This record gives sequence, structure tokens and C-alpha cells, in this order.
Amino acid sequence: MTATLAHPATGTTSRPQVRLAAEQVRLAYGEHVVVDSLDLELTDGSFTAIVGPNGCGKSTLLRALGRLLRPSSGQVVLDGRPIAKTPTREVARVLGLLPQTPIAPEGLTVADLVARGRHPHQSWLRQWSRDDEAVVAEALSWTDMTDLADRPVDALSGGQRQRAWISMALAQGTDLLLLDEPTTYLDLSHQIDVLELVARLHAERGRTVAVVLHDLNLAARYAQRLIAMKDGVMVASGTPAEVLTEQLLDEVFDLEARVIPDPVSDTPMVVPVRRIR
Amino acid sequence: MTATISTRAPERRPDKRRTLRIGPLSGVVRSRQLLLPVVTAVVLVLVSALSMGRGDYPIGLVDVLRTVVGAGDPTQQFIVTELRAPRIVVGVLVGLALGVSGALIQTFARNPLASPDTLGINAGASAAAVAVIVIGGGSSAAGGLLGGLGLPVAALAGGLLTALLIFVLAWRGGVDGYRLVLVGIGLGSVGYALVDWLLTRSDIQDAAAATVWLTGSLNGRSWDQAWPLATALLLLVPVALALSRVLGVLQFGEDTARALGVRVGLAQAVVVLVAVALAAVSVAAAGPVQFVALVVPQVAVRLAGGSRPPLLASGLLGALLVVGADLLARTVLPIALPVGIVTAVIGAPYLLWLLVRGRRSIT
Repeated sequence: MTATLAHPATGTTSRPQVRLAAEQVRLAYGEHVVVDSLDLELTDGSFTAIVGPNGCGKSTLLRALGRLLRPSSGQVVLDGRPIAKTPTREVARVLGLLPQTPIAPEGLTVADLVARGRHPHQSWLRQWSRDDEAVVAEALSWTDMTDLADRPVDALSGGQRQRAWISMALAQGTDLLLLDEPTTYLDLSHQIDVLELVARLHAERGRTVAVVLHDLNLAARYAQRLIAMKDGVMVASGTPAEVLTEQLLDEVFDLEARVIPDPVSDTPMVVPVRRIR
Repeated sequence: MTATISTRAPERRPDKRRTLRIGPLSGVVRSRQLLLPVVTAVVLVLVSALSMGRGDYPIGLVDVLRTVVGAGDPTQQFIVTELRAPRIVVGVLVGLALGVSGALIQTFARNPLASPDTLGINAGASAAAVAVIVIGGGSSAAGGLLGGLGLPVAALAGGLLTALLIFVLAWRGGVDGYRLVLVGIGLGSVGYALVDWLLTRSDIQDAAAATVWLTGSLNGRSWDQAWPLATALLLLVPVALALSRVLGVLQFGEDTARALGVRVGLAQAVVVLVAVALAAVSVAAAGPVQFVALVVPQVAVRLAGGSRPPLLASGLLGALLVVGADLLARTVLPIALPVGIVTAVIGAPYLLWLLVRGRRSIT
């Protein structure tokens, strides 16, 4: 059997299947409630961007969806099964997650980093199978990291480093991928580079993607669905054109702005005027 | 356009990875990581044999090796196996335990300053042991006690109790490396304050016995110390080696480790427990031999390459450091110093040299 990164065939029902769902989740750090009774469904093959002002709970929500944070009430459901009751290793074969600023130990090479993505598929006896090797090689070449494979991760530029981490997530071979602000600290051209990579993961590899993003214009350009959050509440959800309106920017971001069509992609583009209130 | 000249040093040559596959087994073999333990083990055997030959009745290296395999003359047999071997074996085992323990803790805490020394485990074990010497034994019993059961058991209990306290105080739904180190340093200070208080109210004989114990010494060690230590290591070292794969993922921090399907809380608890148990049994056998667990893993990672201290190589290098230091202390130096002083004197400059020479920063 040859290993591929291809997306396994899923059901052919007319309605897209729900892969990951939050059901009435309440998310809190200690006493401090960040998100309360929130419902959310991510359907198979969707590309969702979660946007909102700082502290709105979007990263917290993503952490809960990736079972890094346990809801104090409600539940997260992965493929119809409560994620808290699914062995974490099983989850890791279906759901990949890239934290906001992941840490790579010093001296670790790109090839080793990407190889760790195979961890959920390995055992103590089977540490490096032919499948692992093939998948890692393909993940490296797909993210254009093959030439840098023997470099230490800490010697890479910010953009290259983010590619390396995405390569690891790709090697994990999960249908679902959650990314927490993957473009933080990157200059504009590398932001585009990373988001193009994520968009290709979605389009060519059929990955279901949810990403937390700060840049509204980039979110509108790459995602099929936008979710706008404020104070832990989902204010709007829909296509970028439905969500990104002048009224919503006022309401969610306290921002007076014009929304015009993006001359490149024809998606809505925000031109800020001033902060209000 | 201006031409730029690269002033960057060439990248460190990465370790060659080769693939090993036998039936359902598969793994990656790295030449440097494989070579280091082999070379270290050979040197360790030679240094140990050399050490067993040295003393009031010198025995040649070849005769020592012959005796060890059971083909020496009866006098040499007695001197080597009954008088000198236990000391060396305890030294090897103590070094091994400390090396592996340090490698585990440093990898888990992602901090090269973390070790049983800095985490206060030695301090806790010392406080308990000194309490036994000062309150329990009295100076007359101290010599006997060193060979007896009370002191090692107290040290073991003190070390494990301290570790438990550290773990409970550092636990926040998981253990953060920094928090662990900070709590450990705090508890370590408490432990050593307790030692000082006990020493000030003890009589001079007890204080002297306690001080020798506190520097870590292999003097007067017999098979009575070697066997329990060997048994403990036979249990703990395989577990540590089995943890290696999970450690490689824990190194990424909790979030990434959990995302990769590791049960982080459980894995952390097992790693810390094994590391602490290794440190505690070594302290019970030889007193707190300082610096080995701190220095050796950092030396090992620089020699072997890679992103974390190799466990087996750290253990063997630890053994080599302790046995080598003991040999120096007994032969070259005019006065027979406790081994703990020598490990610090050799270990510290070597680490500094590696730090100055290498391009790697401390973290």
C-alpha cells in the first residue's frame, strides 16, 4: 500500500456532514467566563475563518474545538462522538491543531519536526515505517521545505518556520486542521504565502480548515465562511460578503469603515475610516 | 545591487539518520547518537578497571580484567571483588542514575538549569539524612549508620517527599517547566536551611559525619549499597528509555503535545516520578553527588547532537564522570577528597568550555 496525503472519501450525501461541533459550550479560565453557550458546526470540506477584536474569545474557542481546553459545560463533538470521551491519540489522527506560537526545541531539524507529526500513527515498536517516511517526504516537498529539511528550525526565518509547522500538521495526516493565528509576526508577503498554503491544503487536499485570523481582508479573501465574535458571542456567521458589512464593523470592531470589493478577488475589502466610541 | 558576503558559520552538520526495519519493528538510527554510548561504555570499563587496580596493593589492568571474569588468583580476587568493586559499582550506578535523571528533567522542563540538584530533591534527601545522623544516630553510630539501613531509607523518603511536594505545588492541570523549577528552587532552599539548622545544633562529631555525607562520597561503600541500587535501576532505567519517544513530543510544550495525541498530564507525571526516583536512590546510596545530573546531559547533547540530551549516553557519561572523579580523588590528589567535590571541579569547567566553544546558546 502506498501512502498518500489524499483525503479519504467521505459520504456522498447531499448535505455536507458535520465534522466538528461545539454544543452549548461555556469556556472559562477559572472564574472568568470567556464564552457562554455557544453553538458552532464545521462541515466537511469547509474553510472557516474566525474573526473578532482582541479578547473576544476566538482563540479560546479554537482551543476548545481542539480539546486543549475543556468546556466547563456543554461539549465539543468530533464526528458524532464527544471529543472528551475519545482517546486523545484517536483524536490526533483526525484533528490537527497548530497553536499560536508553537515552540520548537533548539537544534531540532525541520525533517525531525515534520516527522514528529507522525507521532499519533506510531508505536514504540513501529517508530518509523515506510508510510511515515513517504508521508513526511511528501509533506516536506508539498510545503517546499525539502531543501531546508536538514536545517535547525531555530535557524529559519519566521515565514519558513511557519511553513515547517504547517508541514508537520500536514504530515499528521488529519482531515481537520485548526490554526490559531498562523500569520502572527509575519510580514505581508509571508502572510499571503502561509494563507495560500492553507488554501491549497483545503482546495487540493480536501482538508476541513478553521483558522483564527486578525486581518479581515485576508480572512475574507481566503475563507468560504466567516464567523465574527464579540465578547464571547458569535455575532455573525456566513459568507464573507454576508458578514463583512459596514454595520457589523461598527458593531463588532467599533470601527467606522467603508466596505468595497477587493479589486483582486472581488471579496469584501475593509477600508477603515476611524475608531468610534 | 550590492553583493553580500555571508559571514554565517556553516550550519551544524545534522546527524545522519538511517532507517532500521526488521519485520514489524522500525526506527531511525543516528550514527552519532549510536556511537557516543558505545565509546563511552568502552572508556567506562577501562577507567573502572584502572580504578579497581589502584590502591595500597596495586593490580595491573590486565589482572583486574582477568579477575572480573573470574580467572584471577585468590588474593587479587578478594581485593577486587570484595574490597574495591563495590565502590566502583556504586559509583557507576550513581552516575548512571544521575545522568538519566538529569536528562529526563531537563528535557521535560525544557530548561538546562533543571536537575535534581536545582529542583531541591537533593536538599530534601539531605535534610532527612542529616536529621538521622544528628538526631537519631549520634556520632558513635554514624560510621555504622552509613553502611546501615536507616540513612539510605531516610534519604530516599526525604527525596521522594520533596518531589511530591514540588509536584503538588507546581500542578496547575499539568506541570509547566518554569513553575516546576521555581517551586523546586524554593523548596530546595527550605531543605538546605533545615540542614544548616540541624548542623548548628549538632555536636562536632555528628556535624563532621554529616558534612562528608553531604558532599557525596563513595568511601566505605559495599555490596549492601550496590544491590538495592542495582535493583532500583533495573526497574527505572528501562522505563526511562521507553519514555524517550513521548519525551520527544513533550518537548514541544503542552499544547502541541496534546495536539499530537499525548496524554500530557499522565506523561508528565511518569517522567517526573522516574526522574525523581532515580535521583533519590542515588542520593540514598552515595549522598548528594552534586553537579553530575546538571552537567552531564548538557555535555551529552553537545557530543551527540540532536535537540535533547540522549538518555542512555547521559547515563553512561554520568557513570564515567563519577568513576573518573573518584579515581582522581583517590590517586592523583594528595588528600582523598569526597567524589562530590571532584565531580564539581571537573564538570563545571568542562561545561563552561563547551558553552564558550559551541554556537548553541544555553537554552
